[in-house]
Amino acid sequence: MLNLGPIAFATPWLLLGLLILPILWLLLRAVPPAPIRRRFPGVALLLGLTDDTSQTDHTPWWLLLLRLIAVAAIITAFAGPVLNPDEDTPGTGPLLIIVDGTWADARDWSRRVDRIDAALAEAARDGRTAALVTLTDLPPEPPVFQDAQAVQQRLPALQPHPYAPDGAALTDWADSLTGQFDTFWMSDGLARDSRAALLAALEFHGTVTAFESPRPVLGLRAAQFADDNVTVTALRATSGIEVETTITAIGLDPAGVERRLSSAIATFEATATQATATFDLPPELRNRVTRFEIQGMRSAGAVTLTDDALKRREVALLAGASDREALDLLSPLHYLEQALIPTADLIDGTLQDVLLANPDAIILADVGTLTAIEADTMLDWVESGGLLVRFAGPRLAASDISRIDEDPLMPVRLRIGGRSIGGAMSWGEPKVLAPFPASSPFFGLTIPDDVAVTAQVVAQPDPTLAQRVIAQLADGTPLVTRKSAGSGSIVLFHVTANAEWSTLPLSGLFVQMLERLAVSTRPSAPTAEDLIGTTWMAEDVLDAFGDLTRADTLPGVDGEALATATPSAMMPPGLYAGEDRRIAVNVIGRDDTLIATTWPARIAVEGLDVVRETLLKGWLLAAALVLLTIDIVASLALSGRLRGPRAAAVATVLIALMIAPQARAQDDSFAIAATADVVLAYVVTGDTRVDEMSDAGLYGLSNTLFQRTSIEPSFPVGIDLETDELAFFPFIYWPITADQQLPTREAYAKLNRYLRSGGMILFDTRDADLARFGSSSPQGRKLQAIARGLDIPALEPIPQDHVLTRTFYLLQDFPGRHPSRDVWVEAAPAGAEISDGMPFRDLNDGVTPVVVGGNDWAAAWATDRLGNPLVPIGRGMAGERQREIALRFGVNLIMHVLTGNYKSDQVHVPALLDRLGQ
Amino acid sequence: MTDAPLTLRSASETLAAAFPPLLAEAEHLATTVMIGDHGRRRAGVGDTFWQYRPAQNHDEMRSIDWRRSARSDAQFIQDKEWQIAQSILMWVDQSASMSFTSLNDGTTKGSRARTLALASAILLLRGGERVGLTGNVLPPRRGEVQVAQMAALLSQDHTDDFGTPDATGMVSHSRALFVSDFMGDLTGIETAMAKAADRDVRGALVQILDPSEEAFPFDGRTIFESMSGTMRHETLKARDLRDRYLDRLAQRKDHLASLARAAGWQYNTHHTDTPAASALLWIYTALERRA
Repeated sequence: MLNLGPIAFATPWLLLGLLILPILWLLLRAVPPAPIRRRFPGVALLLGLTDDTSQTDHTPWWLLLLRLIAVAAIITAFAGPVLNPDEDTPGTGPLLIIVDGTWADARDWSRRVDRIDAALAEAARDGRTAALVTLTDLPPEPPVFQDAQAVQQRLPALQPHPYAPDGAALTDWADSLTGQFDTFWMSDGLARDSRAALLAALEFHGTVTAFESPRPVLGLRAAQFADDNVTVTALRATSGIEVETTITAIGLDPAGVERRLSSAIATFEATATQATATFDLPPELRNRVTRFEIQGMRSAGAVTLTDDALKRREVALLAGASDREALDLLSPLHYLEQALIPTADLIDGTLQDVLLANPDAIILADVGTLTAIEADTMLDWVESGGLLVRFAGPRLAASDISRIDEDPLMPVRLRIGGRSIGGAMSWGEPKVLAPFPASSPFFGLTIPDDVAVTAQVVAQPDPTLAQRVIAQLADGTPLVTRKSAGSGSIVLFHVTANAEWSTLPLSGLFVQMLERLAVSTRPSAPTAEDLIGTTWMAEDVLDAFGDLTRADTLPGVDGEALATATPSAMMPPGLYAGEDRRIAVNVIGRDDTLIATTWPARIAVEGLDVVRETLLKGWLLAAALVLLTIDIVASLALSGRLRGPRAAAVATVLIALMIAPQARAQDDSFAIAATADVVLAYVVTGDTRVDEMSDAGLYGLSNTLFQRTSIEPSFPVGIDLETDELAFFPFIYWPITADQQLPTREAYAKLNRYLRSGGMILFDTRDADLARFGSSSPQGRKLQAIARGLDIPALEPIPQDHVLTRTFYLLQDFPGRHPSRDVWVEAAPAGAEISDGMPFRDLNDGVTPVVVGGNDWAAAWATDRLGNPLVPIGRGMAGERQREIALRFGVNLIMHVLTGNYKSDQVHVPALLDRLGQ
Repeated sequence: MTDAPLTLRSASETLAAAFPPLLAEAEHLATTVMIGDHGRRRAGVGDTFWQYRPAQNHDEMRSIDWRRSARSDAQFIQDKEWQIAQSILMWVDQSASMSFTSLNDGTTKGSRARTLALASAILLLRGGERVGLTGNVLPPRRGEVQVAQMAALLSQDHTDDFGTPDATGMVSHSRALFVSDFMGDLTGIETAMAKAADRDVRGALVQILDPSEEAFPFDGRTIFESMSGTMRHETLKARDLRDRYLDRLAQRKDHLASLARAAGWQYNTHHTDTPAASALLWIYTALERRA
């Protein structure tokens, strides 16, 4: 190793080779470039001609210099230059290697093992004994120093654990250390309380060196609900730069296969160590999420498991049989649906059906009596934990239910008839609500002033009534009553679920009350008291790498331990199932933060130093290669061999290097050219003949439009679906060839945007017949393949009264080069009928986004620049007629694109004129 | 002696290999020129009726057309159209320099020269002329067989660097066609032209050149060699030679043109990258020109 400032050479004697450079200079100078031998009959004329100069007799100096630099670069490269070489001094005495072995180590575990391996190998070279200790898996006795190679043997079995070291056990272990040894501490980069004490103990026995990976430590807190969205907070230990992390929600799809359900971006501000990602998931999807992960991070800390807390409730809505064609706003369920749709999954069906689905809650709006069987099954369901919410109403009031004896499915007995307040035939004002008592589930909700009750059913005074009231009116009349039955409960609103009896359903309070009722059973974080004396079984546990494994064999965990939610060796992070719910234990708790370690200045920390050893060999060799390439081109140019195909190749490479910026520069001119006039466009298929024909066809059609109509298009353009903007073109002609490339995903997105925003594509399979989607021709199959990704509505053959038949010319045939009648357009709406006095139906109120056919229209329209048709159509005059009709179809088509259903509206002109009195 | 037939056979097969394409190409080229009835458009010896004219004093009695004369008082003579056939002798340069090409399709000067010569021979034979090769190789004759023989002879390649026209075997008052690149020594062509002029032979010189011979697109240190390698010239900067080379070429063309003018011949330069048909048409009209 030879050091020259920051550069060292591995094999410095090779640099002696630089001495040959002057010799090489002389040699190369003396040898002129080799001549080319050419056979040339004109040599007879050349005889006797002499050269004017003898300048190229030897190689020009700059070419020589180029070559010498290349040679020098090669020689230097093989001498093995190293920038910032690291020197190390061998240590003595036993070496203790400490590994934190937590989940934070897992992100680059193999690199850490490699580093330990290198440290052990070095110790073995230096004849030192060594010991290896994982802090998360402490040995019961002080470390035994062994031959370093023997320790190396055990390295493959070293694994991190998904929890932090136990502070108390660490202190005990540190106290048991004896003797002198050096310590090499593989830190996971996270600050812990136990670190300082251990470090002090280790320093007492010898020097300590630490290793920390420069890779950032990232973690995820448990997912939480916020404003009906799920938010997941990502944490990092070191701030400094703005970083985006992708957080993925993973769960089972309907087929039971685990897959990524959604992902969101969490952006760490430059100074922040927290970032939040918000998942706006539909409830069905949210119920399926089993865990969130930071994408690309292999660590238990980057995974957070979800438990029942994220699930959504299923609510069944049932109304009494209605015998009238009710308007929506009068429907007893309308307000309930509006209130519940955002927060719950609604189930429709008959009572028997919804009971089979076992919903979390059933709401009966104005349902009087149930049959005995229904009542029995309902009661069973309530007693096994269901929530039954009933609303009063005329039907309930009229029935005799819960009149004399309390109905098991009613919280209270009811008086006959109910009462009506504040109406035309009654005294008093409509009643408002009294503030909710503290025992009520609605406690704390603010009552709007405008909630008033005009009618209600009234509970019979009973001994149990007082404790069952959870909301009452200002005069003390019960408004909402509740009783529990088994492990479920039954709630009765004494008013209707619609606005007939009260304004309650119109207010925000209604939604909040429903939420309190339905949501109050949503499991929140369990407290230690809840869990005392319970035993929980691990279902799935996480390893340090964040992989989920079944854990049927692990022993049960006490409820108290679970309540701390801190994973340990006894309770690895995972999903624990109790009797009726499942609780997730995550590596990072709800309020944990990640803090980077700070080492005292006396401790050498390896792995964080910025200056790294850099091998320069590759760079030098690459430079030599570039120089030699230049030399090839230059020599060829000098000796006159850079012509013909060689020059073309060189030029191609140079142009390819320069072409990208040029292409970008053309963008604007393309847009201006495409929008200055109406421009018809065709899709470039890659088949030159087809593209030329499309161009000629659209040219012919443009000419015809120019001559006959007020549409004055300029020259047609070919568009590349991948690169060109489609929005400039009202109409795109797309000939289908069998070997056409399918558009990419981006191109499909562009096409669908184009179709939705009113563009039209004319698909032409050019095979006369197979517009029937028969797929018997290659073009037909290709069209199907292309159309699969497109947002194409239902199609039908052009009906006789389609607006395309009369936008400019009256047509019933749409021939191109082929006269097939099968041309397909967007289907008319199902209900379209011919009304009286109208010659045609009032059809689509827009432009058909696609026209599909196989008549090879471009060939029929095609003319050269002088207007002469390019392709013979049919035979004789009949053929000319067919060409004319094809052109007329083209005119109608462009008219349709540009004017929409204007011609359909024209049918009203006589009536309008009549109305104007003219 | 046993292998003599074998050698002969393989040699003739090699020869024939080039021959049918040459013939076919020439035939194909010949069809591009439409010739009408190949009359001389003047009175002379022949079988076809040309015109009636009043008998003159010098007309023999037996030449009077009695059938025509009987319809009037004067005697008439039936003139026949002059149909005497011309002899056309061709010389095509078959030397090594003619096998040069710089074109991608591989059209050598030699192949173009042969095709042109053979095609004009076919045309002339169809027009009733007698066609042959100079140098007593193939005396002028009529008929399709002559084409085949010509093709066979033209298919041979000579090894010398530059060709010299052979003016022997030329019939007096006949026509001649010399096709070559005229890159070699010009004394040969001068002597041949002088001999031809002595015998009142008129004709055409066609100089076939490769485009690279006109453009001289060379650069850098180059050793130029003649096609057989006997002649060579080395230069360090080929580009510097270009102007002087082109001067010399232009001088040579001038010299050839003046030579042709002096002998009453036609002179034209044809490049192998241009269509052969135009050159054929030029040859045909040049040979058609009245003496």
